[in-house]
Amino acid sequence: MRMLFPGDAEAEPGGVRGVHLCRKIQHDPRERMSRKTLKCLLGVDEGSRANRKVVVGHRPCPSNEEIIPPKFCDNRIVSSKYTVWNFLPKNLFEQFRRIANFYFLIIFLVQVIVDTPTSPVTSGLPLFFVITVTAIKQGYEDWLRHKADNEVNKYKVTVLVDGKRIESESEKIKVGDIVEVKENETFPCDLILLQSHRDDDTCFVTTASLDGESNHKTHYTVPNIESDLESLTATIECEQPQSDLYKFVGRMDIYKDSQEPIFRSLGPENLLLKGATLKNTKMIYGVAVYTGMETKMALNYQGKSQKRSAVEKSINAFLLIYLFILVSKALVCTTLKYVWQSKPGQDEPWYNEKTQRERETNLYLKMFTDFLSFMVLFNFIIPVSMYVTVEMQKFLGSFFITWDKDFFDPEIKEGALVNTSDLNEELGQVEYVFTDKTGTLTQNNMEFIECCIDGFQYKYRDACDELDGFSVTDGPVNKVQQKAGREKEDQFLRALCLCHTVQVKESAEQDGLADQVDGSILDEASSQEERGFIASSPDEIALVKGAMRYGFTFLGLESKTLKILNRKKEVEKYELLHVLNFDPVRRRMSVIIKDTSGETFLFCKGADSSIFPRVKQEEVEKIRMHVERNATEGYRTLCVASKRLSPEEFAQVDEELKEARLALQDREEKLMAVYNQVETEMTLIGATAVEDRLQEEAAETMEALQGAGMKVWVLTGDKMETAKSTCYACRLFQRNTELLELTLRTLEDRGRSREERLHELLLEYHKKAVQDAPPVKGGIARSWSGANHDYGFIIDGASLSLMLKSSSASKPNSYESLFLQICQNCTAVLCCRMAPLQKAQIVKMVKNSKGSPITLSIGDGANDVSMILEAHVGIGIKGKEGRQAVRNSDYAIPKLKHLKKLLLAHGHLYYVRIAHLVQYFFYKNLCFILPQFLYQFFCGYSQQPLYDAAYLTMYNICFTSMPILAYSLLEQHISIDDLLENATLYRDVAKNAMLQWWPFLYWTVLGVFQGLLFFFGVRCLFSNPALQDNGQVFGNWSYGTIVFTVLVFTVTLKLALDTRHWTWINHFVIWGSLAFYVFFSFFWGGIIWPFIRHQRLYFVFANMLGSVSAWLVIILLILLSLLPEILFAVFRKNHGSHARQTSTVTPLTYKHPREHNHQPGLDGQH
Amino acid sequence: MTTMKEEGNYANRPSNTAFTQQRLPAWQPMLSAGVVIPGFLLIGLAFIGIGVGLLITSRSIQVLELDYTGTETSSPCYQCTMSNQSNCVCKLSFSIGTLFKGPVFFYYGLTNYFQNQRKYGVSKDFNQLIGDVSYFKSPSSDCQPYQRVNGKPIVPCGAIANSMFNDTFKLYQIINGKEELVPFDGKGIAWWTDYNIKYRNPDYTPLKNAFNDTEKPVFWTKPAYELDTSDASNNGFINQDFLVWMRRAALPNFRKLYRRITEGNYKDGLPAGNYSLEISYNYPVISFEGTKKVTFSNVSWMGGQNEFLGIAYLVIGSMCVVMSVVMLIVYAKFRFPEED
Repeated sequence: MRMLFPGDAEAEPGGVRGVHLCRKIQHDPRERMSRKTLKCLLGVDEGSRANRKVVVGHRPCPSNEEIIPPKFCDNRIVSSKYTVWNFLPKNLFEQFRRIANFYFLIIFLVQVIVDTPTSPVTSGLPLFFVITVTAIKQGYEDWLRHKADNEVNKYKVTVLVDGKRIESESEKIKVGDIVEVKENETFPCDLILLQSHRDDDTCFVTTASLDGESNHKTHYTVPNIESDLESLTATIECEQPQSDLYKFVGRMDIYKDSQEPIFRSLGPENLLLKGATLKNTKMIYGVAVYTGMETKMALNYQGKSQKRSAVEKSINAFLLIYLFILVSKALVCTTLKYVWQSKPGQDEPWYNEKTQRERETNLYLKMFTDFLSFMVLFNFIIPVSMYVTVEMQKFLGSFFITWDKDFFDPEIKEGALVNTSDLNEELGQVEYVFTDKTGTLTQNNMEFIECCIDGFQYKYRDACDELDGFSVTDGPVNKVQQKAGREKEDQFLRALCLCHTVQVKESAEQDGLADQVDGSILDEASSQEERGFIASSPDEIALVKGAMRYGFTFLGLESKTLKILNRKKEVEKYELLHVLNFDPVRRRMSVIIKDTSGETFLFCKGADSSIFPRVKQEEVEKIRMHVERNATEGYRTLCVASKRLSPEEFAQVDEELKEARLALQDREEKLMAVYNQVETEMTLIGATAVEDRLQEEAAETMEALQGAGMKVWVLTGDKMETAKSTCYACRLFQRNTELLELTLRTLEDRGRSREERLHELLLEYHKKAVQDAPPVKGGIARSWSGANHDYGFIIDGASLSLMLKSSSASKPNSYESLFLQICQNCTAVLCCRMAPLQKAQIVKMVKNSKGSPITLSIGDGANDVSMILEAHVGIGIKGKEGRQAVRNSDYAIPKLKHLKKLLLAHGHLYYVRIAHLVQYFFYKNLCFILPQFLYQFFCGYSQQPLYDAAYLTMYNICFTSMPILAYSLLEQHISIDDLLENATLYRDVAKNAMLQWWPFLYWTVLGVFQGLLFFFGVRCLFSNPALQDNGQVFGNWSYGTIVFTVLVFTVTLKLALDTRHWTWINHFVIWGSLAFYVFFSFFWGGIIWPFIRHQRLYFVFANMLGSVSAWLVIILLILLSLLPEILFAVFRKNHGSHARQTSTVTPLTYKHPREHNHQPGLDGQH
Repeated sequence: MTTMKEEGNYANRPSNTAFTQQRLPAWQPMLSAGVVIPGFLLIGLAFIGIGVGLLITSRSIQVLELDYTGTETSSPCYQCTMSNQSNCVCKLSFSIGTLFKGPVFFYYGLTNYFQNQRKYGVSKDFNQLIGDVSYFKSPSSDCQPYQRVNGKPIVPCGAIANSMFNDTFKLYQIINGKEELVPFDGKGIAWWTDYNIKYRNPDYTPLKNAFNDTEKPVFWTKPAYELDTSDASNNGFINQDFLVWMRRAALPNFRKLYRRITEGNYKDGLPAGNYSLEISYNYPVISFEGTKKVTFSNVSWMGGQNEFLGIAYLVIGSMCVVMSVVMLIVYAKFRFPEED
């Protein structure tokens, strides 16, 4: 992604077209101060981070402004990487930056430059193939991007120039242009909304394509600007482009007839983002502030940082080993060559004299070129094709996830989504699962359960008789019993109706309006049924709907007026003065409204922890009990408070708010300060309880994950009681689980300092869970059956930050490691009251802990994005809280229950497949090259290749590549059903089990054994090279061909032995490869090939097949090479712990499984 | 059923095929002791059978190997190694106790001779060897330093051709003190495809004309077109000795077929008696500590004598049998975990 900033050389010089950048010479000193501090904070230089100034409509600003030619980039979106001209060099450069490709390039160049044993074709051809395939793929992808770019860039837009509407193309929009956008059109660049066709100076926008949130968002025009845009003279000063979609600060200076300019503050509510779509609004005018690559959409388009899987790290480690083997082989050969040559007559026998030039070459130079030659000769040990195969396996393999119909959710009509195929195998390696609660473990499908007004409980549902001493109200909507006093009830319900950011769906609203205007009597039933609400959080809708059931109906917001229908069927109107937005740090939101009598109220709702300290304490006790009881039942509770603002108070607040909103820098902080100041000394009027039901099969899924040896951590922003009850419901905590709590509550005991108490508790828990616990065998073999004592750990955000703070301050990391040790011995860990960043912090802490375990984060909301990005594998749930989590995830699934199959079946299989693929690739190249190495001892270390160039080239590309690819896509060593049924099987591959040093050593030893066998078997045969019944002798190429034939058959049959799941594709590829090898050898040796200097293989293969001895030695060596494998398999089966799954096969013994869903045999049925 | 249909209507529902759902019918072979043990036994017995056959065949092959390098003073060829004399001839006497069954193959063998060196191996010009006269004038640079001599191109160029083995042999049976020449058959010693397709003489009559303005290889005593003047079909590049030499040996100790004894009185083999091998000793091997030898051998269906195969088959076969017995014992004692 290319980023263009003003001043960037790539900005089109012809594109200035009257856009003026005005830079004030004199600034308001206060503003300059803040700007300076900001710059200090950011640590950037003056020029690059100055605010940008935009002149609306390119009308020059008044004369006290200095005009500097602007250098904004044009509105072209360039997501493509290449152009026709730079594709070749740039693509090649990028490809050769990969270490493997570079290595092969070096080998190729050595072959070209130095006189080497094999022709450059042998390594050039595979490299060319790999590079070409990759280039074609990338070129195609780039072509698609070009097409998409063009679609966006050539999009027709209307621009206002001097009052005339001019049709133009999107890419020609300049900063400062006034753009017209009609309903259902997408915004061509980031615009400041100047004028809307709606009466209330708003417009509705959906940002579905940006963050997936399909609700309509309201945006506001810049307040109080003249309706005639033609005469508007204004400049906009705003921050430099930044990628946060929800942040924007700026100010507009409007110049009116040489008066002092009027300031207007601009916030995200005034900014229309490129990519969003205009809804429910006929037309708007806006001025372009960010264009092209500087739009927030483009800045957000940047690719995520690459996550690398553990398998890839293993590959690199093995690669180093093989590189070491390669270099040592070359060194050994070079050394021995010169030792051998020092014997008289060996260096230059009379029959093989050197040329004059060779004699004159410097000895060390000769040694060096010899070394290079040996490197080239043995370079095939590092297979270029492995990278291609691995990548193809990952790319193709990921389709099985998208294709899986079990992941299809009929509700959202979508299946799973794979955002990256690099991490498929990591799904089989997960040790820690970090899950969000709301929307992940629970459905985020809120239902209003009950409310508590002034200490009295109101329950809507039937069948709940006297639960406790409080009165319980059930029955029809309008019969709320008079417990708390009508007035208090009304106030509470009014608060519920007013304090939110819910919108009424437009169509419903218009109908409702018509009804109201006509008769001011609403057909209640129908309106309730049909009324649709849109909100960013389902809690709010649940609350509004809950209020509706008690008789207070929210009718909608219209030009800053909230209308509600009260229990008496009267419409009440309130002027909405301010919305103090919700944010996860404050954990509350407020509105300031003015009723018709002119009184100003503040209504606030939020989490109990954030409300209780801000209300009068005597009210708290009445409600706290309810809140806590509801929380233990797993309900989400919110407290509602109100405050009457006197006119003076309001005036002050109003001014402060406006000032804070005008601030260009630190606006967030300033606003927060004002909010905190206003939301104090409120009156607690009630609390609500909303139920969030568990996801389908949440408990089963969690149980399966724990059974698979994964530690499940619940990270939630919710309060402890609610989260705890969810954990019990999900069976993360069992009845016998002993809970270790490290929360503010436990910390604040006994009147000692929190740090002391923290220290004490941590040590106590550590002693209990770690030291006294029976030693855990084999790391992951934690008993989950309940035989041992189960521990659950609970920590809250405040304690966590306290812990992290004190551990970094005093004893470095001691608390942290204690904490991690405790957590490792707990079945489940619950972290509540977490801010999004703390979630990521926890993930990071675990990720970097001892043994660097593989972590997985799963979540559905924007607050989970940080942890999704932080974890090794990030899973997004296509839930109700927008699509941010999905966009940032590596994999997205519709429901939590799909996680089980994704990990236990897909992950496990992918891991086994790719691990086997990697090991097999190294193995087959080791036994490919070892005979060639050994041959050097018999050919005077002269770098004579054992195999023909065609074989050297084709071995990895054609003869042995397809079977392993098919294996790595189709293998199911254990059937999917068994994997799902028996979660413990997941532990078999935990900790990268198949790519540890032992398995690697096993494969290496196997490769060495077979390589030795191939070479010396044929060597013994060739002690008498007269192998035909006509007495004729075989030469060196026959030698190589016999070895090669044994090799190809052995490695292919070795794979056949490992294949447990023979589909017709496996049969086709395995037998097809062998047949192809035979066919190719006949063909290659059957013709005198034009343009080839040495016809060395001419009829070698056919003659070999004419020799009985050659046949016999081939059969013997193949069988002997595979014999240990077969034996090993037999004995492994005999002593294996789960014999049924790990059974293996000899070529002679087959038995059909009895699984009902696998049709036995090859009868071709489905 | 209706729900199934409804579900099927979703446009982006993944297709429910065996392949996409990873439910392709598959053959899941399993190992069971009931088959492994007899399998091993069968393979073992078969291998033992083949091994016995091979060993018997190999043992029945008669081989007579004679070293004539002449490094020992007692060797008749000792004097040929002494000086650089040309046309040195030495005689090797030996006797055969029983009939050496025919057809008898006569090989020459070299040791410590690296025909498989890389530079040596590429030192030839294939275009010359298929009779392309245009390459006679400008041999491939691969042939260096055997590319040109005295400014004239060498045909055939290169190290392999240059170092062609040039000892010649004549075998006499000594009957009643008289030497009777054993006729050698020089045909059919090279690969049929080499002789008929791979190597070609230029289309010139006489062949000599094609070689105008070229030099014979330095080491050669006569030019390529005079390798066998008696037989045009055995001359030039398709001379069978030349073809045999050009097929490089795989290992530094090798033997190459020189002649077959298939004619006359010796059609059925060499009868018992005393023989004398007249060697015209030309090929130097002392300088690189090599040895030269000749081998008389007859061949079977498996080629020349080679005990390796037979022994290997016997060993592997026995191993299989032993293993099947061991497995049987283990099976009988502990029982393999069988599902059914």
